[in-house]
Amino acid sequence: MEALEIARWQFGITTVYHFMMVPLTIGLGLVVAVIQTLWYRTGKPEYLRMTKFWGKLFLINFIMGVATGIVQEFQFGMAWSEYSRFVGDVFGAPLALEALLAFFVESTFLGLWIFGWKQLKRCVHLACLWIAVIGSVFSAYFIIVANSWMQHPVGVEMINGRPVMTDAWAVFTNNTALVAVPHTLFGALAVAGGFLLGIAWYHLWRRRHDGIDTVGADGKVIPGESDIPGRDRADHAVWIRSLRIGAVVAMISFAGTAITGDLQGKLMFQQQPMKMAAAEAACHDGTGFSVLSIGNVGSKNCDDVVAVIEVPGILSFLAKGDFTTEVKGVNSLLDQYKADYGTHLPNNPIYGDRAGQEIQYVPVMEVTYWGFRMMIGFGGAAALAALVALWATRKGTVPASRGLMRLAVFGILAPFGANAAGWIFTEMGRQPFVVAPNPDLNGIDQVFMFTAAAVSPGVSAGELLTSLIVLTAVYALLLVVEVKLLVKYIRGGVVSAMPELVHVPADDNEDQNPPGGTPGKPAADDVLAFAY
Amino acid sequence: MELLPTIWFIAIALLWTGYLFLEGFDLGVGMLMKTFARNNTERRVLLNTIGPVWDGNEVWLLTAGGATFAAFPLWYASLFSALYLPLLLVLVALIFRAVAFEYRGKVDTPQWRARWDWAIALGSLLAAFGVGAALALTTTGLPLNANGDREGGPFAWFTGYAVLGGLAVVGFSLLHGLAFLALKTDGEVRHRARQWFVRLLPVLLLPIAGWAIVMQVQAGKAWTMAAVVAAVVAAVLAWNFARRGAEGRAFVALGTFLVLGSASIFGAAFPVVLPSTLNPAFNLTVTNASSSDYTLGLMTVVACVGLPLVLAYQAWTYWVFRRRVSATHIPEAHSFLPAIAAKALAPKD
Repeated sequence: MEALEIARWQFGITTVYHFMMVPLTIGLGLVVAVIQTLWYRTGKPEYLRMTKFWGKLFLINFIMGVATGIVQEFQFGMAWSEYSRFVGDVFGAPLALEALLAFFVESTFLGLWIFGWKQLKRCVHLACLWIAVIGSVFSAYFIIVANSWMQHPVGVEMINGRPVMTDAWAVFTNNTALVAVPHTLFGALAVAGGFLLGIAWYHLWRRRHDGIDTVGADGKVIPGESDIPGRDRADHAVWIRSLRIGAVVAMISFAGTAITGDLQGKLMFQQQPMKMAAAEAACHDGTGFSVLSIGNVGSKNCDDVVAVIEVPGILSFLAKGDFTTEVKGVNSLLDQYKADYGTHLPNNPIYGDRAGQEIQYVPVMEVTYWGFRMMIGFGGAAALAALVALWATRKGTVPASRGLMRLAVFGILAPFGANAAGWIFTEMGRQPFVVAPNPDLNGIDQVFMFTAAAVSPGVSAGELLTSLIVLTAVYALLLVVEVKLLVKYIRGGVVSAMPELVHVPADDNEDQNPPGGTPGKPAADDVLAFAY
Repeated sequence: MELLPTIWFIAIALLWTGYLFLEGFDLGVGMLMKTFARNNTERRVLLNTIGPVWDGNEVWLLTAGGATFAAFPLWYASLFSALYLPLLLVLVALIFRAVAFEYRGKVDTPQWRARWDWAIALGSLLAAFGVGAALALTTTGLPLNANGDREGGPFAWFTGYAVLGGLAVVGFSLLHGLAFLALKTDGEVRHRARQWFVRLLPVLLLPIAGWAIVMQVQAGKAWTMAAVVAAVVAAVLAWNFARRGAEGRAFVALGTFLVLGSASIFGAAFPVVLPSTLNPAFNLTVTNASSSDYTLGLMTVVACVGLPLVLAYQAWTYWVFRRRVSATHIPEAHSFLPAIAAKALAPKD
């Protein structure tokens, strides 16, 4: 493989991996902040338990997002130096602002939240979490502004062959970003919803399985007690409330992704028509949305693709909002792209060995076609499952079926899959451009960059391969560690995040402060136990 | 000299100084996990001094990197691509270190903790060394061609200066970590940290002093040489304060040493941001590597609002967690019996 291919694989692997952790951080952060607010307002012990339990899982995951995020910022300069030189004037600013205005807020206030359970007043402590979570939302905004500029470059002029920012307002209110930000945030909430739903289902199922909760003649749950610390009556409330919150969040966020996704589709139809055509694997102009296409979807000659099931009009609706507008297929777009941007890469040293190669304007269609459908399919399946879950738990607990429990637990993965598929679709669908040309900008010096020109000329394929192998190995190892820890803490239940429950006799009121240590010994700071 | 690029050169120098000042001590404390701390309780004392703040400190690195990208894209592109392998090492070190802080206490076995202790210690050491090497090389030069790309293969950056810079940041961070521990802990750890500080100061500051002197020989100006002298005075003061038990003053004096030393190094380098060792005509300077005035102006406005805010709330964090940590604050490691495992382990009746 040559340097460009390796650098692309590395960017893809590290980014998709990073974006496993990030949506859970954003989504779960918002949910935990809401739960802690409920605790603050009502004082109910189950909300404190939920805050601590979900907060613990949030932190186990948060750190992985932090650790893998540094790679993202460094790798533009390391592996994509020509890209960095070309776009730096406009692309660097949102990255710098993300660090200055979002990462500082996120990390500092989260540190205060983790360690400040006792040092801070309750309202200040809660505010710290909210500020940290809002910081993570801002960070999503800034990075999507940067990404949207690659999808739809605005607010610049070409000076000496490089885009120079002339209108910051246009860059920071890019319409591509304004719809992508809510789409991404709803996607993050979908992940959190599925996470709560699956884990809470498991615990409710386990309580039934272990004979703690029973079901009365009317089908309603009778929550029970057990002598195991933390598995008391309040524990049932923790899980049923978590499950219902998770299900509602999952459904709302699917509606949100659908509405914003629809807006995105219409923008994409104007801004990147080839991506839209490739999402359909459609050769010819038409109006129908393919439910299933067979043949070699990825073949260079897209006439090999046959749509077996096609719903007329839907594609036009996705693109334009009516049922009749013809959406251009790959074949007619291809000629247009060749006329506008050339048939071969120019003989410029920036392209290295790739100069003069023929340009493939059609993205890899297996990826775009299936990526688009996996995104919608996984997202929709998770929302449907959430609806079923709400109905199935209307009497206060889950069915005793082990199969359904497994389905709920593995269902946690579906929104992750939808997020990954959506990003892979939108990034692969932009190829062969790293900065897609904006059809609204006129003139010869249209702002665009081929991915073939973006890689670092001074970095060898050997170096890139080394980092690809090292980072993939490290990430794989850490994924195993993270999942093992999550499973351990999930199985542990609330006590894993609240060791004080073990010491409190079952009939004590959880609302009281936990005991401060044995007499004669200095009070051990159980706040530190929560952290390190 | 153009105004805005100059302001941003100073801003980036400040961001790096802020990074070395703040993350300096948590890198140092990390390195001390294996050599200084004697048992698990002491390690937890060390961790809890930096626990609430290390992540916020690390953002200074991200901000320095991001600001370099935004303000001097050509500097960012050339430096980061030329130092591909050493920066990969820094990344891997920072990843393991960050994860180790969070995961170390999550499983209650000595083997688990020992593994993550090594990750913290080695991660801190290698990250400090790599960052130091990169900073030294951006002041002493890299073999860059006319396009700003590295010539001479993946290891062309490896010179004595890289080693000197690496040792400089490792040495300073260790000392700064000791000063921080003396300030933030109580009992045996506090006492020992002060002792080590006094004993090791001359050795640990030697490489960073060497780097500052190299820069003066290379491109010193009158004021940067004066800054070196002042830095040496600050180091002597820090040593003297620590010997007398004035831990707060020793910490401030060492911080002053860093600010002066960093000013002398960046000041001497100015206006070159990354020299080419192949041809001075290929040097990247504040003028030829910078972004447009429009971008720099925008960033200036945002930084003028954002940076004071960051300083204010980070200072507040240190105030909230101002209490000294000592071994008596450390609770027993809690090994919980997972509710579900407990059921499974219970004798069947």
